[in-house]
Amino acid sequence: MDGVTRLMAQATEANDRPGRARSVRARTLREAVIYVALAGCALFSVAVTFAIIFVLFKESIGFFSARPDPEHPGVEQRITVWEFLTGTEWTPLLGADHQYGVLPLMSGTLLVAGVAALIAIPFGLVTGIFLSEYARPRVRATLKPTLEILAGIPTVVYGFFALTVVTPSLRAMGMWFTGSAPGAWLGRATGWYEEPIPVFEVYNAAGAGIAVGIMCLPIVCSLSEDAIRATPRALREGAYAVGGTKFDVSVKVVVPSALSGIMAAFLLAIARAVGETMAVSLAAGGLANLTANPAEPVQTMTAWIVQIFLGDASNFGPEYRSAYAVAATLFLMTLALTIIGNRILKRYREVYQ
Amino acid sequence: MTLDELGALRRGRSLRNAAFLGLCALVATLSVVILFVLLGSIVYQGWHTLSWSFLTGTPSRKAEKAGVGPPLWGSIWVCVTAAVITLPLGIGAATFLEEFKPRRLGPRLLHGFVELNIRNLAGVPSIVYGMIALTAFAQMFGFFGSGSPIALGTEDDWYHVRLPFGRSVLTGALTLTLVVLPIVIIASMEALRAVPGSLREGALATGATRWQVVRRISLPAAMPGIMTGAILAMSRAIGEAAPILAVAGVLYMRFRPRSLMDDFTVLPLQIFNWAGRPQEEFHAIAAGGILVLLCVLFALNGVAILLRQMFQRPLQ
Repeated sequence: MDGVTRLMAQATEANDRPGRARSVRARTLREAVIYVALAGCALFSVAVTFAIIFVLFKESIGFFSARPDPEHPGVEQRITVWEFLTGTEWTPLLGADHQYGVLPLMSGTLLVAGVAALIAIPFGLVTGIFLSEYARPRVRATLKPTLEILAGIPTVVYGFFALTVVTPSLRAMGMWFTGSAPGAWLGRATGWYEEPIPVFEVYNAAGAGIAVGIMCLPIVCSLSEDAIRATPRALREGAYAVGGTKFDVSVKVVVPSALSGIMAAFLLAIARAVGETMAVSLAAGGLANLTANPAEPVQTMTAWIVQIFLGDASNFGPEYRSAYAVAATLFLMTLALTIIGNRILKRYREVYQ
Repeated sequence: MTLDELGALRRGRSLRNAAFLGLCALVATLSVVILFVLLGSIVYQGWHTLSWSFLTGTPSRKAEKAGVGPPLWGSIWVCVTAAVITLPLGIGAATFLEEFKPRRLGPRLLHGFVELNIRNLAGVPSIVYGMIALTAFAQMFGFFGSGSPIALGTEDDWYHVRLPFGRSVLTGALTLTLVVLPIVIIASMEALRAVPGSLREGALATGATRWQVVRRISLPAAMPGIMTGAILAMSRAIGEAAPILAVAGVLYMRFRPRSLMDDFTVLPLQIFNWAGRPQEEFHAIAAGGILVLLCVLFALNGVAILLRQMFQRPLQ
């Protein structure tokens, strides 16, 4: 390499120059300064982690500590962590009796993430298998960029897509099904509807979930493809040698051996879906709703934070601080998912290297 | 087992094989179809709003008069500033983690912790970064009190800087730095790891110091990979709306920013604002805004691909 030759020339030159001792000392000093500067860059990320923990937990402690009741002077009210984590009503901005039970937000988040997982996991995994085991180079050359573009599209665009394409399609399908003969019979039998109805509401968990699922599909696909590719050739060749078809080899041998890597891909994708913000606040609605029905509007934890920062509540009131308590919960959830996912990935890499 | 039975078994298996191949191909095609539907629906809804006045105009109460000028400039300001801050920081951190690996146990554990920490930071929801940045950069933990801020220059000077930063372009850029820094670090680390060790050893054998090896050998060899990762990170940054929403709120901006301390809004946030309104005509201009955003994104990605091809040369 020319870089090496240049260095050799410089080394010779430096040796011939007078005053070499000083330049060695200067060099050692320069090395030390650079080392410290680079270490500072790396430690910045640790500082960010501590800042996250500090800010989220400081504001959460403010949320959970006692404060005077505005309606009964002299009486203090407080929300306990237990009430927050187990309460089934979330109405900080509604009515006189403000309830801070995070379960509706959590169920909304999990519902959207669940729908997203139903889309992203099977489709991403099958695409991953196809890319690593079946696809010819030319097919790969069109499929890979497609997935990269899907991965690079901003989340607000997915929200718009959910709002203007996915949900109207779901509603049209609902109209069609409830209008068809078996649907009409089902409606009469259950007494649910008489006329054809769209089933899905204008804002619903399913539409947002499908859009988030499409967004997470490239993550599942590329991570599981990497995992599948990393399985040793000997495994594949052994399976072919005993007469396996391509289906046998990829589904019965390669995928099970790459299973931990694939699980990690699922976990990281779900973590992404749980933390997704703009698409769900556009398309899932703004009603904290404890439900398992994806046709209904829900509010996710991230959507609540967005609602607060859009300016629906005064600064420093309990409503405002609740955003930090919700964010701390969200942070712990996604952190747990990513830590487990990364741990599996790391162990998996060690097994095959 | 008779030959007939064996034949039936084999036919069954090859049938299953063919069926699975069909399923795979179908699912894989589906992602291409989804992309076409996604882009097609946005082009269909938004192309008729595109015009020069839409690109340069200001957001307005009336959909037909609205434009994306100030948000587009806001996006450019914030992303360029974020890139200037993120790249040295990210490449520095990656260099430290990859090229200065310690041998002793204690520092090695610390190294592993920092690396694990960065991988986990990549999974933190971006809105959380926005909330942190609001406290850390916009308010600076309330350290400077609520009185008049410490300032350099006046609001009309291009070099105007004040402490705390408030809801300014610089705060937005620092926020995006937090969001994309893990991505830049991980991509740069992978690029550095791909540089063959023999190159480093050759340089060390000629008496080069560690930093000389990094500056003359490793970084130039890893540059295409680093730049690709950096551009992909920037395209993530330009599409982020949630963290900016937390630090800057949804603002109605009539002017583009002129200094790092000016108020700003970004294009994705403007799109969010329009898409969230019930009227159809605002959906149309939201689609127009998305088209502008996607054009910027595809241009960035095109540059990334070009860079990858231009600098890709064999190393051995």
